[in-house]
Amino acid sequence: MDKKIVIKSFYKTIQNFKQILPIIISILILLSALKILVPTTLYEKIFTSNPVIDSFIGAILGSISAGTPITSYVIGGELLKQGVSIIAITAFLLGWVTVGIIQLPIEASALGKRFAITRNVTSFVSAVIIGILTYFTLTIFT
Amino acid sequence: MINIKKIPNNLKFLIITIGLIAVIGLFNSTLSQEIIIELWGLLKQITPVLVFVFFMMFILNIFLKPKFVAKHLSKGSGFKSWMVTIIGGILSMGPIYAWYPLLGELKNKGMSNALITAFIYNKAIKIQLLPMLIYYFGLPFTVILTFYMIIFSVINGLIVEKLNN
Repeated sequence: MDKKIVIKSFYKTIQNFKQILPIIISILILLSALKILVPTTLYEKIFTSNPVIDSFIGAILGSISAGTPITSYVIGGELLKQGVSIIAITAFLLGWVTVGIIQLPIEASALGKRFAITRNVTSFVSAVIIGILTYFTLTIFT
Repeated sequence: MINIKKIPNNLKFLIITIGLIAVIGLFNSTLSQEIIIELWGLLKQITPVLVFVFFMMFILNIFLKPKFVAKHLSKGSGFKSWMVTIIGGILSMGPIYAWYPLLGELKNKGMSNALITAFIYNKAIKIQLLPMLIYYFGLPFTVILTFYMIIFSVINGLIVEKLNN
């Protein structure tokens, strides 16, 4: 193996990491603050009983929230017990795991601003659509 | 005197977030301590993933040439590329933000926006967490949701590709 290529590749990787590491740490700080400052009980108070409006609310709440998917499952499970529709909960779960408002700066920095915005917008719309599709498919098969 | 304009944007962002925690600490020291403890936990979780990502990027930089990526993971590379991307996304570990540097690197080497989008979308399917999803929402819900997520990863990929060209 060419030693020059290895050294050059190592240097290039370090340069890439130097750019991205401060943003990753910033995101982790924001995630930590959000987890401590926003109580999980807040989510239960926000939903209405209209499935369409709730699916949008679910997708919005999921999109601005952050953390491990397990947290979204636990909150989603509790919301289901509270009587929130499965459409809204699905949109909430998908918004949580596929849309990243907090991570947007790091995504834009690594993959480009236009890409980050279009990807997040399409993921948001998909969250609402999949919420509705999942509900209707469930009613057919169960 | 420090010239603020000369500070890179990524460092400015870090300084602002650290400042935010400092301001919270001025009003409520317990709260800022809790945030720091939470941050420490997250750092411990993510560090092994970042080390892995760094290693992967290093290996990619050595062996993966733009021509190879252009052939296997760029637009128009067909069914095989989509399958590799979907399976790769589902099996990839760790939070998505740890993967952005590597995806950025692959993009520079020719990976299409469609496949990057599909990879990110499929990353939301967590094999290791499926039992948890089944526990809370049942098996039919889990199967249907996972099916739609895979389908929409491709649809979203194509839309993002179109919007970025």
